[in-house]
Amino acid sequence: MAPVPADPGAGAAGGPSTQRADERLSAVGPLRRLLVKPELGALVGAIAVFTFFAVQSEVFRSARGIANWLDPASTLGIMAVAVALLMIGGHFDLSAGVMSGTTALTVAIVAVEYEQNIWVAIGVSLVVALLLGFFNGWLVTRTGLPSFIITLGTFLMLQGLNLGLTKLLTGTVTATGLASVPGYASAEWVFASRMTILGAEVRVAVLWWVLFTAVASWVLLRTRFGNWVFATGGDEVAARNVGVPARRTTIALFMTTSTAAWFVGTTLAVRLTSVQANTGTGQELIYIVAAVIGGCLLTGGFGSAIGASLGALIFGMTQLGIPYLRWDADWFYFFLGAMLLLAVLANRLVRRYAEAARR
Amino acid sequence: MTAPLLELRDVGKDYGSVIALDGISTTVRAGEVTCVLGDNGAGKSTLIKILSGVHRADRGQLLLDGRPADFGSPREALDAGIATVYQDLAMIPLMAIWRNFFLGAEPTRGWGPFRRFDAARAKDATRRELSAMGIDIRDPDQPVGTLSGGERQSVAIARAVHFGARVLILDEPTSALGVKQAGVVLRYVAQARDRGVGVVLITHNPHHAHPVGDRFLVLNRGRSLGEFAKADVSRDELTRLMAGGAELDQLAHELERPST
Ligand SMILES: Nc1ncnc2c1ncn2[C@@H]1O[C@H](COP(=O)(O)OP(=O)(O)OP(=O)(O)O)[C@@H](O)[C@H]1O
Ligand SMILES: [Mg+2]
Repeated sequence: MAPVPADPGAGAAGGPSTQRADERLSAVGPLRRLLVKPELGALVGAIAVFTFFAVQSEVFRSARGIANWLDPASTLGIMAVAVALLMIGGHFDLSAGVMSGTTALTVAIVAVEYEQNIWVAIGVSLVVALLLGFFNGWLVTRTGLPSFIITLGTFLMLQGLNLGLTKLLTGTVTATGLASVPGYASAEWVFASRMTILGAEVRVAVLWWVLFTAVASWVLLRTRFGNWVFATGGDEVAARNVGVPARRTTIALFMTTSTAAWFVGTTLAVRLTSVQANTGTGQELIYIVAAVIGGCLLTGGFGSAIGASLGALIFGMTQLGIPYLRWDADWFYFFLGAMLLLAVLANRLVRRYAEAARR
Repeated sequence: MTAPLLELRDVGKDYGSVIALDGISTTVRAGEVTCVLGDNGAGKSTLIKILSGVHRADRGQLLLDGRPADFGSPREALDAGIATVYQDLAMIPLMAIWRNFFLGAEPTRGWGPFRRFDAARAKDATRRELSAMGIDIRDPDQPVGTLSGGERQSVAIARAVHFGARVLILDEPTSALGVKQAGVVLRYVAQARDRGVGVVLITHNPHHAHPVGDRFLVLNRGRSLGEFAKADVSRDELTRLMAGGAELDQLAHELERPST
């Protein structure tokens, strides 16, 4: 075979020189280090928000105050983490909020109207959630349409179903009476118990939230599936071409989101023992806001579960911090909007960087 | 003679009303390099995408080890030991080099629900494979998007060589490479061939194709201009075929005229 013109030393580069740290390493800019840590912005934001309120309000920094603002952060955080995974995978789920209502209503109606043990109702509700998530994911992967529009469709359908079916089955717009259902005590222990930590009463949802965040973060960064999520969101065609089951990954992500909605919906139902038919509606955007504050790119392929949790934390601190300062509650949305804009501007740097790199 | 690793029989593929390929037959044998040559838009990439499971042929047959095969996805082709360097490289810019390298075939450790991506092993292997190619990466954690075009191409090639146990498909693998790395790639092709891997190489460079190729499939506007064994064509003839035969003579003629 005729030799190809080549540098004779080309094959010998695997020598000891590659073992030591490369001298060009110092040239790596701060931008790259930032890129490696998508949750950095949210961490800085969370510390800033905490300091802002803690300095001015004694209640805010007390153990009871902390337990208070951890509560809204926890249920939101569980959803935000799942939504962040989905966003990293390149999709949105606008039906996530209303789905927590659907699952809560399912628990209440199956347990009360159909007189089932609450655990049966919770199981039925999980099946409903998994089917809904599968339906969203299947439709998105099948049609190739933007998930934004498909889940907007399921969002509206579920909103109508929640009201229509609740009225049909209970005669009112509220499903009630969960407290007297068999099995309620054990369900309450799992989903809605309280414990005292440092003299403050903390709801168990906070523990679940921490656990979900840890598991999601581990899955994302340390498992094959996590690698597939980043790849599917980064470039679906490329991912599929190197053997990533992109469709299955997408469907699994939609089912994760709906499972989170089931968990939060069940928590709400068990806590309140009655469920309004409009529960969860409008929350879907808040989840996305938390995920974006946490460093998720709207274009997919980049983000963090811990970041989304920090986004939820910022939300919880702001929501309760503002009344603690005796400000008008209207300021809450102003504050949240400002946080979102800041986060999007920071994320824009990342995206521009990514787009430049695609050339 | 044993059955070829891969065989195409009278294969065709349409994109809507565009007939991208029609009536193509070729074989990929163990220990041989099949070069696919042709103009821009001739259908070369389409052809290899049929071999690598990205597209299904609309007409004709694909045979793997002499048996009809039907790759529903690139995963199925990869599982059969067929690895591909795509023209667009199929890399995720925001992901680290080592994550890209093992994407879709991540090594794992641990058991049951604790089975996890063996990052240490992946980083190690990435660094090793790349330095064996003469690419000295700074840091396997670097996002692929921050690599130079040639470095990126090298990562894609190293990845395919690593996973291409039986068939290695390279779609213009040297287009962004320097002389040294292009040489390394061709040497890799020769090494893979000597290991008994069947290689499919697409290139626009007859100086790359002729020394390493065993057979040459020349495409023009989706059709085959013929398949030639190395013994039957010289490099000059190959150059002429790649440019569409007579057209090159015409070009040479035109280029000469002003100076005479
Ligand atoms: N996804 C697609 N949809 C529609 N038409 C396509 C698609 N992919 C390729 N084509 C068309 O099919 C024809 C063959 O394309 P192909 O990419 O196989 O060419 P090629 O030989 O690889 O060219 P090049 O040397 O420029 O890479 C072209 O005319 C192209 O426009
Ligand atoms: Mg091509």
